[in-house]
Amino acid sequence: MNFNRHHLLGMKGLTKEEIETILTTAESLKEISFRDIKKVPTLRGKTVVNFFHEPSTRTRTSFEIAAKRLSADTVSLSASTSSLVKGETLVDTARNLESMNPDIIVIRHSMAGAPHLLSRMIKASILNAGDGMHEHPTQALLDLMTIREKKGPIEGLKVAIIGDIAHSRVARSNIIGLKTMGAQVTVAGPPTMIPLFIETMGVEVTSSLSEAIIWADVIMMLRVQLERQKQMLFPSLREYSRFFGLNLENLKKAKRDVIIMHPGPINRGVEIQSEVADGPYSVILDQVTNGVAVRMALLYLLLGGKKSEMAD
Amino acid sequence: MKWLIRGGRVIDPKHQVDDLMDIYIYQGKILDLQPIPAKRPSKGLSDFRVIPAEGLVVTPGLIDIHTHLREPGFEYKETILTGTQAAVAGGFTAVACMANTLPVNDNQSVTEYILKKAKEARLARVLPIGAISIGLKGETLAEIGELKSAGVVALSDDGHPVSNSQLMRRALEYAKGFELPIISHCEDLTLSRSGVINEGTVSTWLGLYGIPSAAEEIMIFRDIQLCQMTQSPVHIAHVSTAGAVQLIREAKKKGLPVTAETAPHYFSLTEEAVIGFDTQAKMNPPLRTKDDLLAIQKGLKDGTIDVIASDHAPHNTLEKEVEFEQAAMGIIGLETALPLTLGLVHKGILTLPQAVAKLTEGPARVLNLKHYGHLQKACPANLTVLDPDLEFQIDIHSFRSKSKNSPFHGWKVKGKALLTMVEGRIVFNQLTSIPE
Repeated sequence: MNFNRHHLLGMKGLTKEEIETILTTAESLKEISFRDIKKVPTLRGKTVVNFFHEPSTRTRTSFEIAAKRLSADTVSLSASTSSLVKGETLVDTARNLESMNPDIIVIRHSMAGAPHLLSRMIKASILNAGDGMHEHPTQALLDLMTIREKKGPIEGLKVAIIGDIAHSRVARSNIIGLKTMGAQVTVAGPPTMIPLFIETMGVEVTSSLSEAIIWADVIMMLRVQLERQKQMLFPSLREYSRFFGLNLENLKKAKRDVIIMHPGPINRGVEIQSEVADGPYSVILDQVTNGVAVRMALLYLLLGGKKSEMAD
Repeated sequence: MKWLIRGGRVIDPKHQVDDLMDIYIYQGKILDLQPIPAKRPSKGLSDFRVIPAEGLVVTPGLIDIHTHLREPGFEYKETILTGTQAAVAGGFTAVACMANTLPVNDNQSVTEYILKKAKEARLARVLPIGAISIGLKGETLAEIGELKSAGVVALSDDGHPVSNSQLMRRALEYAKGFELPIISHCEDLTLSRSGVINEGTVSTWLGLYGIPSAAEEIMIFRDIQLCQMTQSPVHIAHVSTAGAVQLIREAKKKGLPVTAETAPHYFSLTEEAVIGFDTQAKMNPPLRTKDDLLAIQKGLKDGTIDVIASDHAPHNTLEKEVEFEQAAMGIIGLETALPLTLGLVHKGILTLPQAVAKLTEGPARVLNLKHYGHLQKACPANLTVLDPDLEFQIDIHSFRSKSKNSPFHGWKVKGKALLTMVEGRIVFNQLTSIPE
């Protein structure tokens, strides 16, 4: 067991051993979700605050379910129900939460670095559930878990991440996690969506979708947001879909055992054709299932769990 | 009061003086400067009070060409009183304050108000900078003649670049008739908008929108071309990129009346200071790369950059202790500019006289201040006595400034102002040997 952190702010800084520990713990906790009685008492008496300052369905539900399956008490706040709409600052809101002695604050925020700000201000563990365009570590960990489950050891695997890299916290966290685990990573997309100096993260860059598809063992598609069109990043969704969307036609060039991932929510017919998202190579729903297991593992590990206590 | 500043190393870059000298001060003016005599006459000296400066450096009073004093309008960040307290503690005897107050300093009433407050404070001289355009909106010229009559020393829409090239051209032409330099905040807003740090490796890793170097350089190029066309002086504010240094170097080679300043953070820190989302490292222009930092240092050394300015930008904790993207841009600098500048001397990048010039002769030349920035008989006795080798640790809690937003807290630095004199009055004194 190799995990001694108080916060999880990002994939950056996690060692290979720590990631292994998280994944192994998640793998062992996964089966709880398939029981008749989906609950163990491990975190009984612990309080988890889900503080979602940005809309989210999947991640928030996943965290709530994860906490509940471990018997933690959970409270959920969203931006619209918190005092933030009354003009309270993030730090003040957090200090008030802190005064109620939660054990973990899970935070999703539209601005990069918000979890880091909180971690400097309060004593509870901070678990980053996505901050701006910066990081989304639990997504990367559930992706790593899914890849490992489907493809075996991550070291040496070829992973193509395709789409809007520049605005994607999922891409950043995955790149960091995959590189730490020894995978090869290529990013592909229109050059307007590939940030400057991305190669300093250890990735290859291509603007050719088919080049990436042919090369990859794992294809990770990213969601493209319509608002990016207004930022002059691409001419139209139609053109985006034609040159950077994954469809049955260009998928023919892929390896026969390729897996296709997507962090969701998917834009059917834009970055991914429905037949691909629902097709045999797709592991998109496995990612969601593993999300619960990974979040259970993190809640457990951050609260200082010991393997011996894990017996249900 | 009569003063004798005795036996200091007097550095006056304008007159190329670097000698051990005595300076006599009478009625707020410099009465005389004398090389140290073998034996001082005892007769007639008894009524001069002595400031023993042996082993110390005496310079013309430092001038900060780029300060935000925040008053009127933002007194919770800084006032003219607290800002000038910070100034004199940092060795500055004069500060030029930017026009982005509330109301904006785009008319004589605001200028007069600033000067009145400065007079009440009786610390550093305050040199107001007027707005180029009404309300800093970049649409209509402010009443520049009236501003000049009220006492402004330059014009700038600092914080808000003049995006309209026609307006910039007319401002340059019109201001020339009133002998007012224009200080240009160079930024192409269509390129920089929504950016919060330098666009580069760090912005890519942190997922923050970047401000590319090109956003600064494009506007500098435009202003240089307008300078060439109008032959009106342009002073480029807070230069932060290697490309900008090169553009200015070439403009100066052509003999254009272009001058430039940088701020200590641009030669002391890089974009890496932002890692961890430290809002104290958020400023505009943003901290750049190591290459830019080295180019700025080179530009200072070869004279491309004439001035070191603090760009003192006070902000309340409330405006910094927030999400990075929401945090205010800027840091305070009046109390750290001198030690950080002297850091370049200790690193062997500038000579001591060169460093002093960037804080005295340079700003005085840009602002056409005839009696400031040098030491001469009959000039106002504005002087700074400093110990270039005094080591100390920067502590924001010791700052006179009302705001504490500095990324240099805890830095060990070398070099400090020990005494600041404005028009013959001691306004800051840490020389224990002198009675108050």
